[in-house]
Amino acid sequence: MALVNVTINGVQVQAENGALLIEVAKQNGIEIPAFCYYEGMSLQAACRMCLVEVEKAPKLMAGCTLPVAEGMVVRTESEPVVKARKTTLEFLLSNHPLDCPVCDKGGECELQDMTFKYGVGESRFTEIKQHVPEKQWSPVVFYDAPRCILCYRCVRVCNEGMGVGALGVSYRGVNAEIIPSNGDHLECDECGSCIDICPVGSLTSGIYRYKTRPWEMEHVGTVCTHCSNGCKTTLGVRNNEIVRGNNRDKSGINGEFLCVKGRYAFDFTQHPERLQTPLIRNAAGELEEASWSRALKLVAEKFKALAGPDFGVIGSTRTTNEENYLLQKFARTALGTASIDHHRTGDVVTLIDSLSGKTGQLATAEDLYTSKAVLVVASDLSQQQPLLANKIRANVRHHKAAVYTVTPGPVREDKIARKAIRIAEADSLAGVEQLREALSKEAELVIIYGDAIQGEKVRQLVAFGESLGIPVKYVALVDYANSRGALDMGLLPDLGPGYHATAPGRSLQQMLDDPKLAALWVVGSNPLKGGKSLASTNAFVVVQDLFLTETAQRADVVLPAASAYEKNGTVTNVCGQVQRLKKGIETVGSKADLAIIGLLARGMGVNLGKVDADAIFAEIAASVPGYNQLPMPVILTGGAVQTHPVNGGVPPSSVPGIIASARDTLFTTGSLTRYSKILNEVLEKPGALYS
Amino acid sequence: MTFSPELEAKFADLVTHYPEGRQRAALIPMLMFGQEEVGSITPEFMEEVAKRLGLNTMQVDEVVGYYSMLHKKGMGKYHVQVCTNVACMLRGGAELYDHACHKLGLGHKEVSADGVISLEEVECMGACSWAPAIQVNYDFHHEVTTEQLDTILEGLKK
Ligand code: SF4
Ligand code: SF4
Ligand code: SF4
Ligand code: FES
Ligand code: FES
Repeated sequence: MALVNVTINGVQVQAENGALLIEVAKQNGIEIPAFCYYEGMSLQAACRMCLVEVEKAPKLMAGCTLPVAEGMVVRTESEPVVKARKTTLEFLLSNHPLDCPVCDKGGECELQDMTFKYGVGESRFTEIKQHVPEKQWSPVVFYDAPRCILCYRCVRVCNEGMGVGALGVSYRGVNAEIIPSNGDHLECDECGSCIDICPVGSLTSGIYRYKTRPWEMEHVGTVCTHCSNGCKTTLGVRNNEIVRGNNRDKSGINGEFLCVKGRYAFDFTQHPERLQTPLIRNAAGELEEASWSRALKLVAEKFKALAGPDFGVIGSTRTTNEENYLLQKFARTALGTASIDHHRTGDVVTLIDSLSGKTGQLATAEDLYTSKAVLVVASDLSQQQPLLANKIRANVRHHKAAVYTVTPGPVREDKIARKAIRIAEADSLAGVEQLREALSKEAELVIIYGDAIQGEKVRQLVAFGESLGIPVKYVALVDYANSRGALDMGLLPDLGPGYHATAPGRSLQQMLDDPKLAALWVVGSNPLKGGKSLASTNAFVVVQDLFLTETAQRADVVLPAASAYEKNGTVTNVCGQVQRLKKGIETVGSKADLAIIGLLARGMGVNLGKVDADAIFAEIAASVPGYNQLPMPVILTGGAVQTHPVNGGVPPSSVPGIIASARDTLFTTGSLTRYSKILNEVLEKPGALYS
Repeated sequence: MTFSPELEAKFADLVTHYPEGRQRAALIPMLMFGQEEVGSITPEFMEEVAKRLGLNTMQVDEVVGYYSMLHKKGMGKYHVQVCTNVACMLRGGAELYDHACHKLGLGHKEVSADGVISLEEVECMGACSWAPAIQVNYDFHHEVTTEQLDTILEGLKK
């Protein structure tokens, strides 16, 4: 695009012809105040806060919608501008309650900041302010109309950003206010994006409201523990309690996006049923509270006695890479068993094998925002992979990306798709084949597939992609926060860290089914969920978990574990991007799984080296292919780095394993969400928003 | 949702009045005409119109809230609209509205128990030259006095 010369406040700058003045000013370090303008959203020009003086223009112009042109001379701080700004603020405040002392937003309110910076201390309005009572639209969304400045940010983020469209502006003049989708309440994703984006305290959050002031919290940047997308979240921590989750600094792969789980469902950490002391099964057959030292001693002794090939280990899709790595190392060396597995939710292994010899074909979350075309196969992305769906929506909005869906039922992506194919999951590949012509005309493509595509079908899908003659990248969808890390770290019965072949052992199902199993060590997993039982009635079972799950109820010893919000380490998201967890809070009585493994090793007299997250990560970086040469500064400062898993082909599995996604919705992911009070209150009908 | 063939024909014609891709411009007339047949702007009606014009229901809801002549609640068989905007106010519109309230025992946007008459205080109807003006359904009455208002209202009850 051609460059043009623009003068802003006497300084000559160059800018792309047609760029918005507000952006050009920002790039040159000049702030044009704005309320309704929001990067990435459609233009609204509703607030008049951004008025500037443009030479030869008869009136002040709105900087947020003004494209720059050659020779334009702009003043952003001249007398008429300053005066207009004051008037705008005076007007915005004319019906504003000015209840900052009790408003949640106080201290981080854009209206407060602007008034402080540009405002007038007095108002000419003497009319009585119109009061309207506050409304509750859902367990998490509250609306206070008098505080609203009608900037339409919430309306746009819900419609454009979320693809939901549950908010609107209705009525007129002083009566104008935001209205929710269903008369007096919301039926929506309950994502809270509208609350987050509100510049004032008009939309407030059910769990955060009136709890604290922003400056009284500690802000801890970590990663959401719910799904595999790995959104960065900034936990607002006060008195060892998480009171808020958001990502207002837009750092990380998700920008400011969080779904309902990331934004609200950290309250499981506070659940009254949280285990806070170890439990040992007593002579009467009941689980009884015990001290950590007694429990660890007992487990170490038993482990020592039962070590061998009949020992089973089931790892977690939520624990850190460091914990997963150490667990399999401990199992394979000290416990002498090859029977190690985890709940697998997507076929990453075959994808990596199918791409052997090729590089750069695993897509990152960012690729979904930049790729010219995206094909979604057998997944309800908006329900199961909220961030990836959000990236695709933004891609369509900003770059007019071509989206194609091949799904068994309606999905939200249909609305933005060039072509939506409805076909049974088993026939997904036939559906994909119908798109061959359209896809081969695209410049590039990212293919995302769900668990219906596994084994041979993955190979066929990759063969299809490679036959299109265009650059194609892939994402094998998995469910949980560190599902990918569990695979990468070798929590598999025949593959070690970095997908290297190891002596085969039992798969998860085979462990459950084997009557000869001597011991079962379950770390952060619930394989007996849904009434399943263990074939080996005599097996000594140790469970590390946050709650007394179905599996923990069968245990001989239960060790209370820390959640992801309570520890340091790294996790790897669905796109293979490594990010760092940072400890936000502590729960008395629980220990991080890493520490528990370390203590058990010590109790058995096994030397695992230095057991802390950084030391183990260094070991991973040194020994696990794909994790070497990761730029540590990026990870340490809260960034995401994609791993490059093996390239030389993965040996075919000799152990039949089961890959099954739990098909969670926006409002569930595994056992943690069952213990989130707020998620259980937000009763929504997943899918109801699609028709 | 189904409409009478006449209304369907009207809808079909309306969307041709606007340039290709701007069919949403037919929203307000569609709501106006539809309201007459449906009786009020129901959620189903909003959804249907949204679907036909490629809007989301929320966008229709926004418009319905904005325009006071669109009613989510059904109005009476005779909808009496009294203007109290500037010109009419200066010539007794407010008193006229008060009088109507008393006479009918109704307030703003209220409907008589038998569903025959409803009342609404409206903004300028473009009849300022003949202020104060009232409108009963689509019929205008100009320079209305309280006595004339009584007669008009009596006439409606029959
Ligand atoms: S919570 Fe999310 S989906 Fe619901 S209204 Fe707000 S932005 Fe829209
Ligand atoms: S509720 Fe907040 S975001 Fe929405 S229009 Fe009002 S001030 Fe803007
Ligand atoms: S999309 Fe996944 S990672 Fe992101 S906030 Fe939601 S549950 Fe957490
Ligand atoms: S920021 Fe320009 S009008 Fe609101
Ligand atoms: S002011 Fe009453 S019709 Fe114009």
